[in-house]
Amino acid sequence: MTDIANVVIQGVLLGGLFAIYALGLSLVFGVLRIVNIAHGDVLVLVAYVALVICDSFSISPFLALLALIPLALLGGFAFQVGVFERVDRRDPLVPMLVAFGFAVVIQNGLLLLFGTNPRKLDAGAIEQLGVSPFPGINVSVLAVMILVIAIVLIAIFQAILYRSRFGIRVRAVSDSEENARLIGVDITATFRKAFMMVMLTVAVGAVLMGIKTNFDPFSGASRLLIAFEVVVIGGLGNLWGTLAAGIVIGLAQMVGASIDVSYQTLAGHLVFLVILLIRPQGLFPKVVG
Amino acid sequence: MTTRYRLGGLSRLDTTLMAAGAVLLALLLVLPLVASPLVVDKLTLLMIYVLLAVSWNLLAGFAGLVSVGQQTFVGLSGYFVLRLVEAGIAPLPALAAGSAAVLVVAWPLSWIVLRLRAAEFAVAMWVIAETIRSLVMFDPLVQGETGRSLMTLNAMDADLRRTIVLLAAVLAVSVALVTSYRLLRGRLGGESQAIRDDEEAAGSIGIDTLRVKRTIFLVSALGCTVAGSLWLASAITYQPRTAFGINWSVFMLFMVLVGGLGSFTGPVIGALLLFAIQEVFGDYGSWYLAGLGVVAILFALYAPGGVVGLITGRSLREPLSMRKTLVAPRG
Repeated sequence: MTDIANVVIQGVLLGGLFAIYALGLSLVFGVLRIVNIAHGDVLVLVAYVALVICDSFSISPFLALLALIPLALLGGFAFQVGVFERVDRRDPLVPMLVAFGFAVVIQNGLLLLFGTNPRKLDAGAIEQLGVSPFPGINVSVLAVMILVIAIVLIAIFQAILYRSRFGIRVRAVSDSEENARLIGVDITATFRKAFMMVMLTVAVGAVLMGIKTNFDPFSGASRLLIAFEVVVIGGLGNLWGTLAAGIVIGLAQMVGASIDVSYQTLAGHLVFLVILLIRPQGLFPKVVG
Repeated sequence: MTTRYRLGGLSRLDTTLMAAGAVLLALLLVLPLVASPLVVDKLTLLMIYVLLAVSWNLLAGFAGLVSVGQQTFVGLSGYFVLRLVEAGIAPLPALAAGSAAVLVVAWPLSWIVLRLRAAEFAVAMWVIAETIRSLVMFDPLVQGETGRSLMTLNAMDADLRRTIVLLAAVLAVSVALVTSYRLLRGRLGGESQAIRDDEEAAGSIGIDTLRVKRTIFLVSALGCTVAGSLWLASAITYQPRTAFGINWSVFMLFMVLVGGLGSFTGPVIGALLLFAIQEVFGDYGSWYLAGLGVVAILFALYAPGGVVGLITGRSLREPLSMRKTLVAPRG
């Protein structure tokens, strides 16, 4: 009984990390209308940057985040202006192909710089810290913290998207770029700001990923697939749905892992495919209005 | 009085290109008589690339379905061949049957994935590739990461095996080129290009979009499975990580994007280019792959029409174009 409870708790907590991976992908997908195939690789790239910062200054990854966030925003801005705004977006295939090209470049670039050894960010004592609210039930403090960060991030994004004037513009662009332009929305500026939000989730997600799991230059693919599954199940533009979907995939993975470790990823994929088969529109489709 | 327009036919350049292609493929058929084993192996690889590029272009260039999961079919056909050989079937029939068997998987798959929107389709195919790879790796026959060799194929006379594989590859490429040409010049080509350009509009004028997409999906899957079988026949060892590797998608994307997405000649040019680049830079490993990525990005940004687009420019007519052009009657 306590075994089952532990699996469920771990699954729910893991869902928080997955929701953070997915948050950025969901925004790019929903607003910029691109499936950023390089999303996972960008996460891994930023995690390596965090690793370099931590190693060079011997600081905690949480402290490194203070430098990482501006760096990620700057990098994202440079990419946005230098590459993305030059892409011919009339054909949605082209941006996707560009992203795929970047994925290949990032993977092999990281391989050349860092080799294939799996790396991890060291957050110190908090990693082993656990509480036991009931006998036999163990809860990792770090995992709870990650879930709380996910909830806070989603609450902030939800408020920005549904309660601010900027949010109205983002949603207008998301619904129809042409109509938004007609009513005077500055599309380029909106895209740039939305992309800043994406890079914020990437910086936070990369550090939490690096603390919680090992990563190597080719880890991006598995992170992308998880993020993608969460976005599709959660329903585009539905941020709380993203959290719920993260928990669904997290639970699936943990249940799989409790049977055999090698089933962990596969269980997530299978649950995703079954949901896709039954409800192609996702479990929590976007609320209209 | 109404003017009767007709569909444009082939230009002189088109017929010359077709004749040259046929002569080249015929030359490849007699080549094993004189060429060294190394050359035969390399040409087999080139044929596999052409087959993959043509298949991927059929899907992405003509039906607008970009997939980053076509390695599903490459990997699965190798696995089926392995299983069939294990069941006691001779290697050559097994290679053929393995390719066909994949369609049993591709057909039901098409029902799931073709309902998705384009962007979701792309990544969902990747999830499927990873799922099937995990499942295949649970089969003890494959021996996990180690992989397994096709012993019975290895027992064949090496030169004979090489020759047969190259001949099969040339045959497969010829069939793929002729089939896709006939498909695309025909009704299906018009329908699929209409779907690629605007799926809703295509549906509203009475095109059964799901049927057209499914046909293209299955033909493309078949091309990838045959390529997978041929690759296994020349590499002999089957490793699930390589067979289901994302690198197949990287190569397909590179060839089609650089050659010319949605043109008939583009994938062939792209395959030749990838083959040449690999011959020269292949030993550089990660540098080489990163370079492929950079070239693909540059083409996507500055020459989305690929080499074919660059050659043809705006004024000239695209060689062997699949576009339907109307020609006014003379006089």
